[in-house]
Amino acid sequence: MKQPIDRRTFLKLAGLGGVVFASGLGSMARAADKITGGSAYDDFYFVQLSDTHWGYTGPANPEATSTLKKAVAAVNSLEEQPDFVVFTGDLTHTTDDPKERRKRLSEVRDIVSGLKVKEVRFMPGEHDASLDHGEAYQEFFGKTHYTFNHKGVHFIVLDNVSDPGASIGEDQLQWLAADLKQLPEDARIVVLTHRPLFDLYPQWDWATRDGAKAVELLLPHRNVTVFYGHIHQEHHHMTGHIAHHSAKSLIYPLPAPGSQPKRSPLPWDPAEPYKGLGFRDVEAEVKDVQYNITELPLRKG
Amino acid sequence: MKLSVRRFKTTAIVIMLGLGAMTTHVVAQPSEQVIKVTAKKFDYTPNVIKLKKGVPVVLEFTTEDVLMGFNAPDLGVRADIVPGKVTRVRVVPNKAGTFTFFCDVFCGSGHEDMTGAIVVDE
Repeated sequence: MKQPIDRRTFLKLAGLGGVVFASGLGSMARAADKITGGSAYDDFYFVQLSDTHWGYTGPANPEATSTLKKAVAAVNSLEEQPDFVVFTGDLTHTTDDPKERRKRLSEVRDIVSGLKVKEVRFMPGEHDASLDHGEAYQEFFGKTHYTFNHKGVHFIVLDNVSDPGASIGEDQLQWLAADLKQLPEDARIVVLTHRPLFDLYPQWDWATRDGAKAVELLLPHRNVTVFYGHIHQEHHHMTGHIAHHSAKSLIYPLPAPGSQPKRSPLPWDPAEPYKGLGFRDVEAEVKDVQYNITELPLRKG
Repeated sequence: MKLSVRRFKTTAIVIMLGLGAMTTHVVAQPSEQVIKVTAKKFDYTPNVIKLKKGVPVVLEFTTEDVLMGFNAPDLGVRADIVPGKVTRVRVVPNKAGTFTFFCDVFCGSGHEDMTGAIVVDE
C-alpha cells in the first residue's frame, strides 16, 4: 500500500509543487470488488500529460523539439513512479499531410517508450484524429475509446475528436450507456477524454457538441471524476456532483477562457522558459473516493 | 414566425435563430436580405458580417473545398457547410454587439484561425 501523504510531503520538500485541488467525492462506496473481481482497495497514483503537440513549430515554444523529451525525463525522475501514465490527447500537432501525421505519431510513440513506467494509456485529440477520423492514430495507438480497471477504479476513455465536428456520436454513447449499466451506482469511475464534456467556452470551441449526453449518462453514478486536456491550462468545474479537471499543456499555454479576443497561445517568455507548461500527478485514495491533484511544473522536471 | 410551404431548389437548411429563440426549419421571406458567405481553407469571405438588431437576414453558406462549420454561439447560430450544397440560415439578431464566429468542423492545419465576427448594430 502506498502512503500518499508521505509522497505529497516529498513533492513539497522537493519544490515540485503543492496540492492545489482536492475533491472529496463521497465515501464508503464499495464498488471495488464488483469492478475488480474481488481485489482489495489500494491507493495509487497516476500521471496525466496532455497536449504535447509534437511537430509544432512556432514562436510560442522555440524548444518544441525537446519539450516532450523533457517531460518524459521529468516523469522518470519522480522519486516514486506512478502506476501508469495517461496522455489526454493532441499527442501531435496537426498536419494536412497524412505521411507527416504518421511520422509524428511514430516519433511520439518512440519518445514515450522512454518512460520507466510501461503502462501508458493514450487517447487522441483533434490534432491527431479529426482529419482522418482517427485512422492514422489507431495504427499507432489502438482504439480511441475503451475502458480499463485499476485497483478498484473503472476508467472510461471517451473519444470526442475523431468526429471532426467534436461529437462523441450515438454509437459511442450507446457503448458508454451499456458499460455504465454494468456498474453499481457507487462505482468509482474516472473518465479520461480530450475536450471538455461541458460548455466551458463554446466561443473558442471549448466544448463537446453532445457532451451533455455523456454527462447525463454519468450523473446517476455517485463517484465520477473527469480528467481532460484541450484547453492547455488547469481548470476545475463541477456539473452536479461530477468534477472536471483539465490539465496543462506540454507545448504552450492558452489564455484563460474569454480573457482576450482570440484563443492565441500565450507568448514564450525567455526569462521563464516553459512557464505555464507542466503535468500532474493524481493520487487516487480509492476507499474514500478522493483524488488529490498535484501540478508539476515542467521547468523543474 | 411566419412559415411557408415553398422550398428552395438547392439543398437548404433555413433556421430561425437568435439568442434563446426557437429553432425550426423555415424558408426565407422574399424581401429579406441574403448575405453570401463563402468558406475555404482557412477563412470566410466576408469574415465580418454586419447586421442590424431585430432585422432578419439569410446567411447563405457555400464551401469551396471541404466540409466546414459555422458557429456563432452568442447568437445561437450554427450550420454545417457541405461541399456542393448551399446552406441557408435565417438569423434575427436580438442583441447588439460584436460576436465571434468560427469553424467548428476541424478542417486542417489552419482550422483554429478560421474565425470572423458578426457585428450587430442597434
